[in-house]
Amino acid sequence: MGDMNTQMADRYKNNFLKEIEEQAEMGEWVKMCMQCGLCSGSCPTNFQAGWDHPPQEIFMMIRAGKRDEVLASNSMWMCTSCYNCYVRCPRKVPVTHVMHGIAEYAYRIGRSPKNQPTQHLSKTFWDNCTKYGRVNEVKLTQTLYFKDGIGSGIKKAMEMQSVAMGLVKSGRLNLMEAVGGGHKCKDLKGIHAMLTKAKELEAQRKAAKATPAG
Amino acid sequence: MTSVVATNQTILVVGGGISGMTAALEAAETGKQVVLVEKNPYLGGRTVQLYRYFPKMCHPTCGLEINLRRLKANPRIQVLTMAEVTGISGDKGAYNISVKLKPRYVNENCTACGECGKAVKAEIDDEFNYNLGKIKAAYLPSSMAYPQRYVIDSSIVGTPDGEVAKAVCKYNAVELDMQEEVVTLNAGAIVWATGWQPYDASKIVYYGYGRFPNVISNVEFERLADPHGPTGGKILRPSDGKEAKNVAFIQCAGSRDENHLRHCSRFCCMASLKQTHYVQEAFGNAGKSTIYYIDIRAIDRFEDFYQNVKANPNVSFVKSKVARITEDKEGNPVCNGVNVEGYKRYATAHDLVVLALGMEPSVKGMDIPAEVMSDSSGFIMADPVNAGIFGAGCATNALDVNRAVQSATAAALRAIQVVNKVARAEA
Repeated sequence: MGDMNTQMADRYKNNFLKEIEEQAEMGEWVKMCMQCGLCSGSCPTNFQAGWDHPPQEIFMMIRAGKRDEVLASNSMWMCTSCYNCYVRCPRKVPVTHVMHGIAEYAYRIGRSPKNQPTQHLSKTFWDNCTKYGRVNEVKLTQTLYFKDGIGSGIKKAMEMQSVAMGLVKSGRLNLMEAVGGGHKCKDLKGIHAMLTKAKELEAQRKAAKATPAG
Repeated sequence: MTSVVATNQTILVVGGGISGMTAALEAAETGKQVVLVEKNPYLGGRTVQLYRYFPKMCHPTCGLEINLRRLKANPRIQVLTMAEVTGISGDKGAYNISVKLKPRYVNENCTACGECGKAVKAEIDDEFNYNLGKIKAAYLPSSMAYPQRYVIDSSIVGTPDGEVAKAVCKYNAVELDMQEEVVTLNAGAIVWATGWQPYDASKIVYYGYGRFPNVISNVEFERLADPHGPTGGKILRPSDGKEAKNVAFIQCAGSRDENHLRHCSRFCCMASLKQTHYVQEAFGNAGKSTIYYIDIRAIDRFEDFYQNVKANPNVSFVKSKVARITEDKEGNPVCNGVNVEGYKRYATAHDLVVLALGMEPSVKGMDIPAEVMSDSSGFIMADPVNAGIFGAGCATNALDVNRAVQSATAAALRAIQVVNKVARAEA
């Protein structure tokens, strides 16, 4: 397969807008942005230090061909999916979905920021819940807490102790699941078959898009 | 009973604002019979509710006065006020129209002496001033009102206040037993000029119109600046009556928005640019205006006007659609958003926020009691299916006064052609 990033960069040369339109989910909406700023102003995360670029700036950077800056940006990963931008956009641009689309694309071609916490959570959550069709809460939190080493992991676990105890008492968290597989969904084979099929369909769709027309 | 003389050679004009008056006058001055129907008790529509016109900054009363003189001098126009068209049947060249007339409770003897207004105690909302104040229930809608006749509000009919109004009238003009009536009339062609209304600002929830007293609309700001308005022309903010020296204008409030009005309302950029002049005139260098915009659409020959406002150091421009208005402890509205130039977040307090509301047709195409083609915003579109009904002014599109008058003249010409055909057939 080779280096996806180089392949894509070569294919689209200096047309990053076209690359996003064809490769990123909902990317075709980017050109509809009229730079009014309502999305950015409505975004609850834009007070955060980690917020590199507001959505409207991402859209403008795509048009300006700032490929490296966009793909490596933290912004898409900061999205909380509150959908404020989506419902308010005067052009009905599905901003939330576009941001997710760009994030997924950046990850797919290996250009997303390294050690990005949201990305790490997404990946961990996905692997965890697709394995048995159910989320293993103990393993999920373990993986997340100990991401940055044993010391910080223990510290985080101690901080969340009372929440964990509450969950245990109400039967939402079984500490015994730290070993073994944990609870599973009823039709594990079925869910795996579904996921495999979905992956196959998506690969087909993306391959069709990736084939240069003409 | 009101009697109306009309035949198939008559042109009916629905709406007595600047477009309707223009269409009626243009047609009548070529010798056609015209019936002009107006819902309000006075002519002039939203135009007379403006303080000044752009681009010349002259007062609408001036232009209106000329039109009224033309109207008074022309015996071919019959004006029906407090009247609404309720039904249209027939076809091009032979329409049959029913018009509902609401009682004014004041007859033609009225000299507008004002005694009834002084005597009556009850007060009602001042619609002419967009409900920014109260007026007596016996009132002259505005100083320029035509016809210059008082109106007795139906709420005091049958009350002692109504009897007082009748008793003080020296001219026997108050008729409390007037009834609503429906008249029918014929017309060969209809000019539909029902104009516009400002978009309902409370639907733009994040701007807090209706929740924050110091967030007002552009049409209300016109009334605040007008010496005949509720504040006597002083720009005072509603919450505490403080002088509003630091005014924010938010463009595209409702317009160019798929969730609200899909169209560009065209006049709002110019209206806000014009209104910065009001702030400058009222407070000199102490008056500051900030225009928040997506892009300024000073269309046509108005670029000049825009450049002049831009050159004023007391007016600043922020390229951003404000995302949210909040209120600080002093009751100042605070504009929140991200500036497109530099992508920096801002939270700026102002004394007063003016929403540059867009226009929507006051009667949507589908509410017209006849088959008329209209677009998704409800504006009338030119189409053969409209037959002898012609849209004029803001019933057809978002227009400024200048363009509305052009549109009305064009509609008058089309209507004239229809009744000319009828005349030839009947000759």
